[in-house]
Amino acid sequence: MRVLDSLRFRIASLFRRSEMSAEMDEELRAHVQLRADDLERSGVARAEAERRARIEFGGHVKFKEESREAAGGTLLESLWMDLRFALRMLRKSPGFTFVAVATLALGIGANSVVFGVLNALVIRPLHVPHAESLWGIERGKDKAINHSYPDYLDLRERNRSFEDLAAYNVTAVGLDTGNNPSSAWILETTGNYFDALGIQPYLGRFFHAADEHGPNSAPYIVLTYAYWHSHFQDDRGVVGRTVQLNKHPFTILGVAPAEFRGTLLIVFPDFWVPIVNQEQLEGKNVLDARGNRGILMVMGHLKAGVTTQQAVADLNSIGTYLEKTYPKDDGNMTFALTRPGLAGDWLGKPLRAFLTGLLMLAGLILLAACANLGTLFAARAADRSKEIALRLALGSSPGRILRQLFTEAAVISLMGGALGLWGSVALLRALSVWQPLPASPLQIPVNADANVYIVALVLSLVSGLLFGVVPVRQVLHTDPYQVIKSGSTATKMRRITARDFLLVAQVAICALLVTSSLVAVRGLVRSLHSNFGFEPRGALLVETSLSMSGYSGDGLPVMQKRMIDALKDVPGVQAVGSVDRLPLYYGANGTRVFTDDTSDLRPANAAASVMVYLISPEYFDAARTSLLAGRPFSWHDDKNSPRVAVVNREFASKIFGSPNKAVGSYFKTKDGSRVQVVGLVESGKYESLAEDPQPAMFFPFQQVPSSETSMVVRVNGDPQQVGAAVKSTMQGLDAGMPFTLRTWNQELESALFPSRMATLSLGALGAMGAMLSVTGIFGMAAYSVSKRLREMGIRMALGAQRREVLQAALGRALKLLAVGSTAGLLLGILASRVLSAIVYQATPRDPVVLGGVVVAMVVLGLVATWIPAQRALSVNPVILLREE
Amino acid sequence: MTDQAQLLPGTLDLLILRAVSLGPLHGYGILLRIGQISGNALLIEQGALYPGLFRLVRQGLLKASWGTSDNNRRAKFYELTVAGRKRLRQETANWNRLVAAIGSALGAQAEEV
Repeated sequence: MRVLDSLRFRIASLFRRSEMSAEMDEELRAHVQLRADDLERSGVARAEAERRARIEFGGHVKFKEESREAAGGTLLESLWMDLRFALRMLRKSPGFTFVAVATLALGIGANSVVFGVLNALVIRPLHVPHAESLWGIERGKDKAINHSYPDYLDLRERNRSFEDLAAYNVTAVGLDTGNNPSSAWILETTGNYFDALGIQPYLGRFFHAADEHGPNSAPYIVLTYAYWHSHFQDDRGVVGRTVQLNKHPFTILGVAPAEFRGTLLIVFPDFWVPIVNQEQLEGKNVLDARGNRGILMVMGHLKAGVTTQQAVADLNSIGTYLEKTYPKDDGNMTFALTRPGLAGDWLGKPLRAFLTGLLMLAGLILLAACANLGTLFAARAADRSKEIALRLALGSSPGRILRQLFTEAAVISLMGGALGLWGSVALLRALSVWQPLPASPLQIPVNADANVYIVALVLSLVSGLLFGVVPVRQVLHTDPYQVIKSGSTATKMRRITARDFLLVAQVAICALLVTSSLVAVRGLVRSLHSNFGFEPRGALLVETSLSMSGYSGDGLPVMQKRMIDALKDVPGVQAVGSVDRLPLYYGANGTRVFTDDTSDLRPANAAASVMVYLISPEYFDAARTSLLAGRPFSWHDDKNSPRVAVVNREFASKIFGSPNKAVGSYFKTKDGSRVQVVGLVESGKYESLAEDPQPAMFFPFQQVPSSETSMVVRVNGDPQQVGAAVKSTMQGLDAGMPFTLRTWNQELESALFPSRMATLSLGALGAMGAMLSVTGIFGMAAYSVSKRLREMGIRMALGAQRREVLQAALGRALKLLAVGSTAGLLLGILASRVLSAIVYQATPRDPVVLGGVVVAMVVLGLVATWIPAQRALSVNPVILLREE
Repeated sequence: MTDQAQLLPGTLDLLILRAVSLGPLHGYGILLRIGQISGNALLIEQGALYPGLFRLVRQGLLKASWGTSDNNRRAKFYELTVAGRKRLRQETANWNRLVAAIGSALGAQAEEV
């Protein structure tokens, strides 16, 4: 209690300092007056009485100082004094302050941005009640998160570990609210979705499990708050309104709270619709097909007291049951739990790996910044050795001086931290509202929260401590007598100092960053010019989903043929082909195939898992995919003729052993149909640019219809010019059909997005690293030149050549630069293995990369040592020697 | 003046507590009171009183408030807190023991040892 009181008193006294000082003055003055009154009463004249009273009182200032000390607050007060002194010192050397604050702002800003993204996407859970007990279910060795609806039902009904299990899918639908048909992103969810998550409606009501009564029985919509706000203008009367989804009437039930934006952290849907209406929403109903794993994710809250191990064991026993009961469809049914926010390992793994890598690099940047500042501080402490010696000689304790230096370091680090944080918060805010890919619900909600602020604060203080500690030994070993006598610290030139080590480390980090960003840039450039298996330049894409405008079943190919014929007549169009899903579009459709002699079609016996594309006869022409052997499809490959396929080279090697044997051979699909291969095409890129060759096959869309339609329109000349005509042709076909029109190059943005982001962030970090290295080398070189200016003057007076002087001045800095660069380059070569997972063909064994790094480091060295070299050369021995 | 005794270190606080224990006083009043109760036998530098006063306030032994002196000057008055009164009793007892011990030590005759 007393300690608390005393603390409160001290703090209060600090804030009432000036008030207290005035009060103290008044009290002491009153004392003198009272004494003078007494003296006056005993017969002394007033003026004389006051004079004597003052003499009797003694040293006013001294007693006031002592009183103030006695009244408490000395520690805080001296801290305050340190602070003011530090600010004064920093104001006196604005160049130093600017460099130090900017360096730290960069380092801390980079760290807060990377941490902010990591925090929002990996650390922060989904915005649902009790997020800590919410788990998604992964399946099999490769941790797939997709499941089939019948499997989901079995998992839901048979498990004893989860309170409830909900499932959802992401899809696009056509929404018509009466005026303009537009496409919207939705989550198709099971009826129990909101109840299982524990979300309460903001407006109206949600749909429930009880609303589901078989296919197309629950035509309901729950809007997200954001979509309600932007598309319905916060109209509370929207509840109960009927709108058209894919030309079917759906009723709006309610609006979800603003903070609940779906169950994927980076995908924001527009609204939720029950999945039992899948046929209306996607044009097909696969909810009965156990082999069709079209459910994106299954998740639920664990029951209280159930551990994750128990839950996994429970699920695995259901898996064993499923394998036994449905051997044709279910294989490899082992399960694991994952956090649902990033769709398990599918998005989560590469993202986590990349962000962790980035965080490490950002940490290295900050370390480099600290090394830099440490060097600066040490140099500054050496320059201030006279001041420090004087203070020591006047009786200041080394502890007091160290505290002063640390206060300076803390002031700089907090200023740098505040600036860096300000920049990173702005950047994070910009990232959050950014829609990286148009026409997709992808967003990066990474606004800074308390975690980010705390991390930035801690980082600033820790780095302040790190670089503040560098000059400590120097101060402790200062001998005031020596310094004042000889003018500066006569430090012995040791062979390798801590400062040298810091600089080498820093240069190495910089070289590492430059290497990895060059590797990434090269990889990106190469992937832009690699063979995709199609030619994106000079092609327009018309993308639509025919189910959005009410086409289904056999009507699909008919409409698609009408579209192809109409588009072919547009002037400037060379060829038109249709495909259900473009290669390199988000996720491809995969399926299992079997060799022709396999009769037991259980998953374990599959020959391969391959990509499937459903195309029109002229697709290969339009996409410029080379046909290596056989024939493309014709309009005669329809329902009434035998099943045929065109396969790629990789498929042919994998299934038939050699590309030459493919044409004319047969294989089996998972439903047992025999399919004959009629053509062989080159292998391309299907899922990502960084992938290894994958087997793929093509079916004619007349034999396997699909409502998803992307028309590849190959044009002469500029695609933009033909675009307008294509657009009006499409509108002429069906005015109510929503579609998007883009060039194929624009579409590829999405495929290039990960490697672009990787390259961009590495490039930014690389540039920062380079900047820090320049300042570091510059500081070192400038310092060594200024320390040896006198020696150089003498040498020049004695006839030394410019080259020799330069060597003496900069030799050490350049040697350190060479050592650091080599180390960084080697590290960079090792680190690039990590990169190759994200960036296509990222390899450091590339003369351009190696040469680029060497050139970059040499340029950095030249830039950094230019000014010190000039200074060393401009030494005028006469003036210099006279001065000293 | 010359026959005044130098104050032993640490005794000023005790004297202040004792002086104030007889009623609230301002700084100058405390000095006068100490002179009065000690028979003007102690030499105290006037300004040296104040660090002692602030120390005692900080320790919670005294509390201070502004008031008006007999001749109508604004001055700060000090009085004992409960803790201060307790401390005074303890310190007085300590002092008496110390004086008795030192007195008997100094007054001891050779044969008594």
